Order: sequence, then structure tokens, then C-alpha cells
Amino acid sequence: MAVALRLGTSRREGSPWLPYLFLAPYLLLFVTFVAVPAVFGLWISLHDWDYMLDSQLFVGLGNYADLFDPTSVIYPDFWNGMQNTLVFTLASVPFLVALPLLLALLLHQKFPGRTFFRAMFFAPYVLGVAVIGLMWRYLLDANFGLVNSLLGTDIAWTTSQPWAWVGLVAVTVWWTMGFNAIIYLAGLGDIPVEHYEAASLDGASWWQKFRYVTLPGLRPVLVFVVVITVLASANMFGQSYIVTQGGPTQSTQTAIMVITDLGLSRFQMGAAAAESYLLALFLAVVSVLNFWLLRDRDAAQQRREARAQRRAVTR
Amino acid sequence: MSRTARNPLLWLLLTLLSVVFLGPLVVMVLTSFKTTGESQAVPPTIWPGEWTTRAYDVLLSSPDNPVLRWFANSMMAATAHALLVVLVASMAGYAFARMEFAGRRVLFGIVLSTMFVPGFIFLMPNFLILDSFGWLDTLLAIVVPGAAGAFGVFFMRQFFLSLPKEYEESARIDGAGAFTTFFRIVLPNAMPAMVTLLVLSFLANWNDFVWPLYVLFNDDSLTLPIGLTKLQGAYTIDYPVIMAGAAIASLPVLVLYVFVQRYVIDGVASSGVKG
Repeated sequence: MAVALRLGTSRREGSPWLPYLFLAPYLLLFVTFVAVPAVFGLWISLHDWDYMLDSQLFVGLGNYADLFDPTSVIYPDFWNGMQNTLVFTLASVPFLVALPLLLALLLHQKFPGRTFFRAMFFAPYVLGVAVIGLMWRYLLDANFGLVNSLLGTDIAWTTSQPWAWVGLVAVTVWWTMGFNAIIYLAGLGDIPVEHYEAASLDGASWWQKFRYVTLPGLRPVLVFVVVITVLASANMFGQSYIVTQGGPTQSTQTAIMVITDLGLSRFQMGAAAAESYLLALFLAVVSVLNFWLLRDRDAAQQRREARAQRRAVTR
Repeated sequence: MSRTARNPLLWLLLTLLSVVFLGPLVVMVLTSFKTTGESQAVPPTIWPGEWTTRAYDVLLSSPDNPVLRWFANSMMAATAHALLVVLVASMAGYAFARMEFAGRRVLFGIVLSTMFVPGFIFLMPNFLILDSFGWLDTLLAIVVPGAAGAFGVFFMRQFFLSLPKEYEESARIDGAGAFTTFFRIVLPNAMPAMVTLLVLSFLANWNDFVWPLYVLFNDDSLTLPIGLTKLQGAYTIDYPVIMAGAAIASLPVLVLYVFVQRYVIDGVASSGVKG
């Protein structure tokens, strides 16, 4: 921005430090609580770090090696947590990607009260996990819960498998569906109406319009939704912590629960840090795979061009 | 009315979905007014047969579970956090959007890339960092570290990029300094974005769970969500009391949501499209 630059160096506000002054408050926070900890965490993971002790024993990659050594103390819990997280992610993501899309298609219709219903379906997401967890623990109670009563069943939702997973997935879908639906809705709004009109002129059916206009138009948004939903599911903590308390017999104990328990309850911070970095590495690989599998070469090209254009305009 | 609007199937579906999404919240509130016995009745009732405020009386007079204190803690922390986010993110977002400086591109790239770094890798190191500051078990632990997140900066930058430059340019020609221009001219025009970010940050902080669960210890320093888990331990299956706690924790965010739902939804929507 040539104008800003020239004015920025005028006599009155003559300092080239000005941009850094605007950045300083945020950068101070960023360095202290993001940049430094990212590196410090790695450093911790190279130690047999015990919060209760004054000096920490350097063990190199020992903690990471332990995670791959079936005879180590931390091995069973960690991989149990990883496996549970994988189960939850695989079970929840398809519903969290598909159902909100249906909801968004419904809300994309023109009818009176549309904004009202949109706000209503998003409402559960406004509540915290502690609230919705306690609420559903009550509703899913095996003896006097409303869910069993409505379904006419006698299921131990919080203390038997596979029902514990069914319950946790359903609660998560109910809680976060509105979030993904809103993102889809915004994407639907960006698809040019002319594309639908052209398809109508060609005599396209509802399904053909969905398949050849809506889905391609929604592709970047769809990729975004898949990636963030996988990350959110892999970060699952509160639902298990409150509704099933990790049970029955640790079968819903997620990776984050294992990590926080080891690092922040039992203060074996080195091993816990190593676990968190390994999980992060897994998630990075999965995210890259998602982007790569769902990529669209034409659209990527278009985006690159659009970006180049934007850049040219802002200069 | 369009054809879709007269479709009875649409309205049936909307009604059904409304019951599914809001029903549990209604049951939560109704349960908080039931007797313990009725809350465990088989088959369960929905509407209380006998209304009682016992659950609220128990909650508000329990010295071991200072719910009002937790409420105040949550309110102070979420308010301070949201204000801090808006202030630092507006300034940084403005610099990234409007100012030219060495390393701008690289720096913004680094900040942005941390949006994709999962938060749990910061748990251990930030715990130790806060410990060294003496911030553990204080509200500062809830207010400050989260404000280092990249979303706010990204969000405000996007907004400033879309803001016409004329206001600032005329202000500068009139001889206003950079800070005057920013606080007097730019920020007032950025109100919608600032309110959105304020509300989103408030909600996220009010509901935050993992982090406060491990950095707050004493009964008096807890935030509401963590206090609720304590209630779960203390009252196990006295569900009216637990639901009363949950209702108290929901009230402010639901009221806030009713008034500013458009900002919340627009904020969420923009995170996908522009991202």
C-alpha cells in the first residue's frame, strides 16, 4: 500500500517502527504463549520431566521410544487412547459432514422464519461442553433417562459398549451440527444463482443440480469442513470426561484424556509432552491427506488466480 | 409466499428439528424445578408435577460449592478475555492489513499457520510458563494465554482489507497521527467486526473446559464449567441440583445469543468462506 507507506514515513508519524508498535501487544502474547511453548514443549518431551522435582533428567528421544515399546508403562494407555480417538473420529465425522449439509440445504430454501430457525438449530453450540455433557448424562441415564423412555428401550448408554460410543457420537452431532451447517450455508450462498438457472433450462433434476452444481460449488467449503471436523473430533475430551467418564473400562478414554491425566494430574510431563507431539504429528499427516484427497485441481488453479488478482488490486 | 413456504412437509420437518435441538434445553430447565424423587421417576415426566426451587436454594446456600463466586469468576474472565482479544487483534490485524513493513508476509504466515496447530501441544509448556509467572489458580491463567490465538488477528485483518481507505486518508491529510486515526476513525468503523469477535471470544472463554480444568484448583477460583464437574461429584444423581447449575451456566450465553445471534452466526460463517 504505497499511500500508507508514504504517509507512514511522513514527518508527523515518521517512525518505521510504527507497524511494530501496532503489532507489539499481540506479538508479546504470541511469543509468550504460542511460539516459546511450541519449542519448550519439545524440550520438555526430551526429559523425564517431573513437575514435582527441581532438576529434570535429559532422556533424549527416550519418551518417544517408550511410546513404541509395548513393555513401557505408558504404552497401553496411550495406544488405547489413540485407538478410542480413532474410533470416535471415524464414527462421528461422516455424520458431522453429511447431516449439517442436509440441514444447510433445508435452511437455504426461501421461507418465512428462516433466520429464526437457523438461530435455533445453532443454539446448542453456544453452550459449553460441561453443560451439554451433564444434560445428556441425565437424559441418557439407563434407569430414568428420557431417551430410553422415548425409544422404549432399556439401554445402558453410559456404561456399556457399543452404546457408549453411539451416545457420545449422537451428543456430539446434536451439539456441533449447527456450526458446520452455518459454514455450509455461507458456501451455498456463494454459488451463483445463474448456475442453477442454466441447469434448470437444461432440464436438470433436483439430484442432478445437487450433484453437478451444488457439490462442485461447495467443494472448498467441504474440504474445510472435513479438515476442521476431523481435528475437532480428534480433540474430543469433555463429552467423554463428563458423560461416560472414560468408561466403561476406559473404552471411551480419548487421547487428550490420557495426555492430560498423565501430564497434568500425574505430572509426568515429559512423557505427556511426547504423546501430545506424536498425536499432533498424526493429525498433521491426516490433515494434509484430507486436503490432498479432496483437492480439486481446477478450483485450486482458480483460487491461485483470484489470489494473484487480489494481490494486484491491493498493491 | 413461494412454493416451498406452503409445503406442509417443510414445516413438519422444521418443527421436529426444533424439538430435537431445543427440547433437551427445555428439559434441563424443567428438571431443575423438580423434586429429587420426580427427577428419578420411571417413566420420566417432562413437565414438573410439583414445582420447587429447592435445587436453587441448595445450590445458592452451599458453602462448598460457591456457584455465585464461580459465576462472577466466569463473567470477569470471559469479559476481560474478550476485551483483550479485540484490542490486540484489532491493532495487529490493522498492521497486517494496512501497513507495509519488513517481514509482514512471513510473520503473517507464521501467525496464521498456528491456527492449524492443535491446542493440546501447548498444555504442558504453558502450564509450566504460567507456574513461573505465579499465574496458576488465578483468573489471569484463563484471561491471557488464549488471547494469543491467531483467529482474531486473521478475522480483523480480513475486515480491514474490506474497509474503504478513504476515511483514513482524509484523516491523515488533516494531519491526524497514526494512533489517532486508528482509534478515532478506523475502530468506530470496525464496530460490527469488533462486536462479532467480542461475542465469539466471550462465548469460547465462558465455555472453555480442558484448560481451566487443570490450571484452577481451589474452590474459590473455579470458573462455572469446572464448578459444574464439582457439582457432578458432590450431588451425583441429585439431578435437579446439577441441572440448576447447568441452567445457571447457560443463562448468560443464551441471553447474549438471543440478542446478538446474527453477529455470532455471521462470524462463524465467515470463518469458512474466507478461510
